[in-house]
Amino acid sequence: MMLGKLDWSAIPFDQPIPLVAAGAIGVGMLGVLAWITRAGHWPYLWREWITSVDHKRIGIMYTMLALLMLIRGFVDAIMMRTQQSMATGGAQGYLPPEHYDQIFSAHGTIMIFFGAMPFVIGLMNFVIPLQLGVRDVAFPTLNSVSFWLTAAGALLVNVSLVVGEFARTGWLPYAPLSETTYSPGVGVDYYLWAIQISGVGTLMSGVNLVTTILKMRAPGMSYLRMPMFCWTSLGSNMLIVAAFPILTATLAMLTLDRYMGFHFFTNDAGGNMMMFVNLIWAWGHPEVYILILPAFGIFSEVFSTFSGKPLFGYRSMVAATLFIVVVSFLVWLHHFFTMGAGADVNAAFGIATSVIAVGTGVKIYNWLFTMYGGRVRFPTPMLWSLAFMVTFVIGGMTGVLLAVPPADFMLHNSMFLVAHFHNVIVGGVVFGAFAGYTYWFPKAFGFQLDETWGRIAFWPSVIGFVLTFGALYVVGLDGMTRRLQHTEVDEWVPWLHVALGGVGFMMLGVAAQVVQLVVSIRHRDRLRDATGDPWDGRSLEWSTASPPPFFNFAVLPDVHGEEVYWGIKQKAIEAQRLGPEPRYEPIHMPRNSATGFVTAFFATLIGFALIWHIWWLAALGFVGAYATFAVFAWRKEEEYEVPASVVAEADRARRAARHAWLETQRDREVPA
Amino acid sequence: MNDHDHGDTIPGGESPDTEGPQGATGYTVGLFLAVLLTAMSFWIASTDVIWDPAVPVAIVVLAVAQMGVHLVFFLHVTSGPDNANNIIALAFGVLIVLLVVAGSVWVMTHLNHNMHMAPADMAQHMR
Repeated sequence: MMLGKLDWSAIPFDQPIPLVAAGAIGVGMLGVLAWITRAGHWPYLWREWITSVDHKRIGIMYTMLALLMLIRGFVDAIMMRTQQSMATGGAQGYLPPEHYDQIFSAHGTIMIFFGAMPFVIGLMNFVIPLQLGVRDVAFPTLNSVSFWLTAAGALLVNVSLVVGEFARTGWLPYAPLSETTYSPGVGVDYYLWAIQISGVGTLMSGVNLVTTILKMRAPGMSYLRMPMFCWTSLGSNMLIVAAFPILTATLAMLTLDRYMGFHFFTNDAGGNMMMFVNLIWAWGHPEVYILILPAFGIFSEVFSTFSGKPLFGYRSMVAATLFIVVVSFLVWLHHFFTMGAGADVNAAFGIATSVIAVGTGVKIYNWLFTMYGGRVRFPTPMLWSLAFMVTFVIGGMTGVLLAVPPADFMLHNSMFLVAHFHNVIVGGVVFGAFAGYTYWFPKAFGFQLDETWGRIAFWPSVIGFVLTFGALYVVGLDGMTRRLQHTEVDEWVPWLHVALGGVGFMMLGVAAQVVQLVVSIRHRDRLRDATGDPWDGRSLEWSTASPPPFFNFAVLPDVHGEEVYWGIKQKAIEAQRLGPEPRYEPIHMPRNSATGFVTAFFATLIGFALIWHIWWLAALGFVGAYATFAVFAWRKEEEYEVPASVVAEADRARRAARHAWLETQRDREVPA
Repeated sequence: MNDHDHGDTIPGGESPDTEGPQGATGYTVGLFLAVLLTAMSFWIASTDVIWDPAVPVAIVVLAVAQMGVHLVFFLHVTSGPDNANNIIALAFGVLIVLLVVAGSVWVMTHLNHNMHMAPADMAQHMR
């Protein structure tokens, strides 16, 4: 009774795969914790990272969470591909259906909510204040709360691996399958509470970043002088604020159905399961633009920097972004054309879906024209961006094909659809995230990632990606439906083997990325970024040191015109000297706070307790979380003063490095 | 483009002269109007002064007025130049709510429409 539904039967002793996997992860984690304890790193970690409210640190932690979860989701993908290529012609493979169903559900949930989302939010967190020329986000402590709540959600999903089970209902738990009648176990409950807790974090992140962009720009940084990444991030975060409440409300209704016997989405008592599908996609479609818009911003920065030119068609880019923001709320029915709506509805949403591709088309041409006539360089971020451009156009075209309702009637629920959305999400969001990761890594850590290993990671990843999803397009057109635990059609088998081979290539890519990180850390002195501007950048983040001081800018930049940093840099090269040394003043910075970490601790307790119906623990968690909030609300001091001497010291070091760099530029031809 | 918000770098720190209805008086008036509108909705539902089928419409009208009172008196949304962000945010929010609500109503009625039967009969069929 004390532990609700939780007892020893929750641990899957009879299933070696999750048990061994969880055991390995557990041993690994214990090893890391033991190492930290032995090396005495806890005070450092607590002071500099766990309680940090610095947007850069939080951004880096988001990105680390995302990288870990991408690997977890990739392991699920490997299992699915191996299972499908083994379980053909009567063979059953090694994953029984109830386990296979959990794997594809966990794969989608983890990749979207805990891989892609933290990756783009992490990059936005890190970059936006630097690009806007300010010292932090609007609400620094809230930012820390957002991150730790997201981490709490990720933790709950991973706990389901060994305590209980995960949902078998797909990454969006369609009712009535997800109702207690058909899913009596705790799997759907794990999904619900993990997503609700991390969803609160995401929503607060959206509020925070919208406020930052609207209210916290450096003097003179008008909207139309913001770098493109800030614009697409603004669009993305507006969508978060508008769309995530729909997700929260929909999952809350499903929760009421499951916990309190309500009938929102049940078969009987007046429930309507179609309403679940309708509402979840009213969030779900904007969600894909929440993910892709920041990636579009990254590509804009990368193409412009490595072409040595300003972004082509800046204003049309802004217009296209805002167009996508609004129209993304007009297309959600294309996820369920076959649910029964008539020609009027299907045609309207089909046309809206085709029209939204125009906004993306505008961007593709702008990127092409940005490169045209430029002096184009090809380091790793540019390679990812070019791979994006080629593959994303194909994914976009299969998307427009699926937007035609009669075609969708043939292709919906097939592997063709699976190939399409992986084509755009991997080719768009993941390639964008990797481009941003390599592009801003030197800014975050003060040394560049190793180029050779970057290329070694790039090529197998792209080759594997094309092989895998090319093959899945083919089996989809051959009639293979998605989420099959085993198949009986001989014609599909060779293609499934090709897809598995592609995953093998991608494994090489993942391994090379890990090696790249290790090699770069070991050779960090050789890869050191002394000036803070390793790529010859154009926006303000490159004007400060790498890594930036915790206050970002000693003096807030005064912005005149677009591409302010490029202008300052050209002037300095021409005059062969930096601007006059500014007068340094003391700076007020927000204090560290454990609020985020403690709140997330209690949120994890609440989630776990509600999943297992341990009501006293849930109540305890609520009291604890509320007490944390109250302590924070009645805090006495929230800021501390950084003396002018500290600011001056940091900035003089930066200016010295710049001086040294200017010397090397003496003979450089200044572009007219 | 938006020269007025140069230097306005602390969110939430609005200058007092841009807050619309002033201080305690504003909040008192707001509270009075909010209570009045709430009381009126209860009163309309329980009396027959208004033609019965019009009661839901009247309640919707009162609810919209209630939202207006909250926006003006408690959230300080005004039409002043310093409020451009708030107005745009509000307009965006209203647009999205309208799209999602109207779209959902349209989608859901169309589903049943194409089934050629009333929802109640449909429920019977699926039994």
